[in-house]
Amino acid sequence: MSRIVLRNLVKSYPGGDRRATDEISLEVADGEFVVLVGPSGCGKTTLLRMVAGLETPDSGSVHIGDTDVTSLSARDRRVSMVFQSYAIFPHMKVRQNIGFGLMMRKVPRPEIDRRVADAAAMLDLSDYLDRFPSQLSGGQRQRVAVARAIVVDAGVLLMDEPLSNLDALLRLQFRAELKRIVHQIGTTTLYVTHDQAEAMSLGDRVAVMRDGRVAQIGGPLEVYDSPADRFVGSFLGAPPMNFFPALVSDGPALSVGALSIPAPSSLARFAGRTVLVGVRAEKLAVSTDAADGFLPATVEVVEPTGASVLLTVRLGDHELKVQAPPTFDTRPEASVWLRADPSTMRFYDPETSLALTV
Amino acid sequence: MRRFALQVFCVAISLFMAAPIYLITLAAFSSRESLNEFPLPLVPTDPSTETLSGFLSSTGVIAGGVNSLMVGLNTVVLALLIGLPAGYAVARYAFRGRQPYQLFLLLTRALPIVVLSVPLARIFLTTGLYDTTYAVTLLHTALALPTTVLITAAVFVAVSPEQEEAAQIFGASPVQAFVRIVMPQALPGIAAAAVFTFVMSWNEVLGAAILTLNQRTLPAQVLSTLSFSPLAYRFAGGFALVVPALLFIAIMRKYLLNMWGTTLK
Ligand SMILES: Nc1ncnc2c1ncn2[C@@H]1O[C@H](COP(=O)(O)OP(=O)(O)OP(=O)(O)O)[C@@H](O)[C@H]1O
Ligand SMILES: [Mg+2]
Repeated sequence: MSRIVLRNLVKSYPGGDRRATDEISLEVADGEFVVLVGPSGCGKTTLLRMVAGLETPDSGSVHIGDTDVTSLSARDRRVSMVFQSYAIFPHMKVRQNIGFGLMMRKVPRPEIDRRVADAAAMLDLSDYLDRFPSQLSGGQRQRVAVARAIVVDAGVLLMDEPLSNLDALLRLQFRAELKRIVHQIGTTTLYVTHDQAEAMSLGDRVAVMRDGRVAQIGGPLEVYDSPADRFVGSFLGAPPMNFFPALVSDGPALSVGALSIPAPSSLARFAGRTVLVGVRAEKLAVSTDAADGFLPATVEVVEPTGASVLLTVRLGDHELKVQAPPTFDTRPEASVWLRADPSTMRFYDPETSLALTV
Repeated sequence: MRRFALQVFCVAISLFMAAPIYLITLAAFSSRESLNEFPLPLVPTDPSTETLSGFLSSTGVIAGGVNSLMVGLNTVVLALLIGLPAGYAVARYAFRGRQPYQLFLLLTRALPIVVLSVPLARIFLTTGLYDTTYAVTLLHTALALPTTVLITAAVFVAVSPEQEEAAQIFGASPVQAFVRIVMPQALPGIAAAAVFTFVMSWNEVLGAAILTLNQRTLPAQVLSTLSFSPLAYRFAGGFALVVPALLFIAIMRKYLLNMWGTTLK
C-alpha cells in the first residue's frame, strides 16, 4: 500500500555550489524499514524532507503508494516525521504535543487520550505528560518527538536521527524498543542516522549515502561484508574496513611488499595489476608465531575493549586494525603475524575505489 | 552582595520612573488653593477631586479622551493587521533587498512628524478625511508600522520554521499552523508591539494637532488650551494623559511575560 518510490531526485539549494541530492532513486517496499546513513552534509535530511513534502525537488518524482505526490503539500501526504531538531511545540504540554496529529485529524477525544497514553508508555514518558517541553531533558524532548510521530497512523514514517541525543545506554535500549514498535505498527519507514551501528541494527536495508548520492543499498550484512566501494567499507563498521594495495601475481597470489599471500583463483584475470585489498578487522587471523602464509606486522597500539582486543598494527607502510581475542597477549612494538582467508578479502580498483567483480 | 546591589538598582529605577507620576497624581488630587502653597506637601494633606472634575468638565476634554481612545485602539488594530504579515515575511522569507528594507523601515522614523503632517493635511483635505479620527489613525499607523514590523519579525524569527512544518505534516493547513503554533508563541512580542503603538498614539500630539480642528485627541486638546489655562488644569491634564497609558500597559502585562515554562506557573 504505502511503498515509497523515489525517481531521480535532484535538489540544490540556492547558493549551494553542488547538489544536495544528485539523481537519487530509491524504492522502499510497503512495511520495509530502510535506513539512510552517511556522513554529515551528504543530503540525508534533504532527501527526507522531499519525501515529506517540505522541500520541492528540482527534478524527479516522489510516489507514495500508487500516487504521485511530488506536487502534493505535506499535510496531504499522510506522512509522519521526527525532525532532527525535534520541532516540538514549546507552548504545549507533552500531552498536547503527542496528541497534536490526532487532534488535527479530528480523532475523538477519548481515543486521543488512550493513544497518547499508550505512546507515552512506550517511550517512558508517562510521568511527564503534564510538563512543558522546557521542563524536559534533551533526550526526553526527543522522545516526545518520536511519540508524536508514532501515535498517528500514517502510511509512511520518516525519522531524522531520532536517537541522536540519548546517552549510549539509553540509545541502545531505545534502539531495540524502536525496532519493536515500528515492527509492530508495520509502517513503511525511512530512517536517517549517521551512526553506522544504528543503521546496521535497525534497517531491513541500509542505504549508504555520500555527496548526495546513494553509494550502496542492500541488507545490513551485504553492505557490511561486501562494500561496493572503498568509502562504504570505511564508513560502515567500527573499526572501518582495512585497505592496502597488493600486486596480483600469477598463481594467483597477492604480493604485499616482498611477501606473498594466497588469493582467490578468480583474481587470476587481474594478474599483473595492483588492486586494493579490503578486509574487516575481525576477519584477520592474528598469531604471535610465524607461520606459512602469514604476514609479519608490528603492533603499534593495543586497545582492550572487553569483548576483544583491538590492535593497530603496521604492515609495511600501511596501518591496519585487527580484532584479536580478548586473551590475546601482546604489547606495542611486538611482532605479530596476520593472515586473511582469501574468501573474506574484497578487491577494489585503486583508481576508482569501486569493487572489482571477482 | 550582588543581589543587594541589584535590588538597590531596581528600586532606584522604579523611584525615578514613579516620582513624576506620583507628583502629578498628588497635584491632580489637590485642591486649587493648596497648589499655591509653598513648600508643597509631599503627602496628600487635603485630597480633593475638585481639580480633576474641573478639568474633566471643561470643553472638549471628554470628547478628546474618547477620540484618543478610538485613535489608539484603531491604530493598534490597523498597525497589527498590516505589520504582522510584514513582520512574518521579513522573518521567514529571504527576499531580495530584505536588509535594506529593514533599514529603510527605521529611517522613516527619522522624518519629523511636522514634515509629514503638512502634506498629509493637504491630502486629507482633498479626500475629506481632514479633521476626523481616521486621519489621525492613519498617521499614527504609519508612525507605528516600523516598530511593529521589526518587533514582530524578531518574535517570529524565534519560532523555528520546523515547528510550522511539523504542524503541517501532522495535518494543519498553513493558516492553522500559524494560528496554533506561531501566534501563541509570538503573543508576548505582539503585546509589546501593541503597547508600544498605543502609548505612542496616545502621546503623539504634533500630527494630531495639525490634522484636526474639532476632532481633537486628548493631548492635542490639552496642548491647544494649555497656554491660557490655570496650573490646576495642567496637572489634571497630565494625570489624565498618563493614567490610560499605564492602564493599557497593565492590561497587556500578562501577555508581555513569558506564559509557559518556568517564569510563570
Ligand atoms: N536550507 C539550506 N540552504 C542551503 N543549503 C542547505 C540547506 N539545507 C541543507 N543545505 C546543504 O545541503 C547539503 C545536504 O544537507 P542535509 O541537511 O541534507 O545533510 P545531512 O545529510 O542531513 O547532514 P547531517 O547528518 O549533518 O544532518 C549540505 O551540504 C548542506 O550544507
Ligand atoms: Mg540532517
